Amino acid sequence: MGTIQPKVEEPASDELKLVHAAKAGDISAFEELVKRYDRNVFRIAQHITQNREDAEDVVQDAFLKAYQNLSRFQEQSKFYTWLVRIAVNEALMRLRRRRPERMVSLDEDIKTEDDSMPREVADWAPNPEQLYSQGELKEILGKTIQGLPPSFRTVFVLRDVEGLSTEETADALDLSVPAVKSRLLRARLQLRERLSKYFKNRVGGDGKQ
Amino acid sequence: MTCSEFLKELTDYLDESMDAQTKAELEDHLQWCHNCYVVCNTTKMTIEIYRESHLYELPDDLRGRLRTAIVSKCKGSGGVASGKPASPESK
Repeated sequence: MGTIQPKVEEPASDELKLVHAAKAGDISAFEELVKRYDRNVFRIAQHITQNREDAEDVVQDAFLKAYQNLSRFQEQSKFYTWLVRIAVNEALMRLRRRRPERMVSLDEDIKTEDDSMPREVADWAPNPEQLYSQGELKEILGKTIQGLPPSFRTVFVLRDVEGLSTEETADALDLSVPAVKSRLLRARLQLRERLSKYFKNRVGGDGKQ
Repeated sequence: MTCSEFLKELTDYLDESMDAQTKAELEDHLQWCHNCYVVCNTTKMTIEIYRESHLYELPDDLRGRLRTAIVSKCKGSGGVASGKPASPESK
């Protein structure tokens, strides 16, 4: 069985030049960095907050904070990893405001591992995404990831959707590599379990419920 | 190798971050354990579906509005060197 590798985009060679120019006050260089990463930051923010307005605010606040603190960026990591760290913190802050009754933290961990143990082991249809329309599929995927604890879905989105390496994810979230791996495994298994009811192979059926 | 041991290694296996011997042991387990084969295969599909889903894409019109707002806030923020925290008024 083949394995998968995330698409990890190499930083463009001119990225540091843009960062240096922006540090020197060149706003158009910073705008170029915004153009490069605004889609990613929006996706991450909406995955974490699960709210469109919050995601829009996170994009604005994260870039503004990055701009104001550029002089503190030590260039020991990629600019994008540093930006993601700011965006995740902003997104978690918004989530906490919306859900004050619950503590939302990246340290949050579910004590039992039972929720990640596979129970559904039916194979899926060969092209499960074709069982549904684009709109239905997005609804299923959105609803499913929304059910994960924030700490799990944050790791999943950075690692598997955005393609950060395990080390970059750990760096961006201030977690250890084993903690990232543990959350990632459980996020992947829980999503798989929940998607199985939509995607499993139904012999003789059309796959829809 | 037991199924629990296999599951613990699943993330490293899917990410191809393991030594050749462990990989061979996992693939040997996959040869005879149908359940682990299915779990491995469907976990891989889960990741691929999310990666290719384009969930939460930023629409072009919103993207333009956000960029204009960001640049305007940056210009009005006092600049890079100030290191001032974002104030509510600047929103």
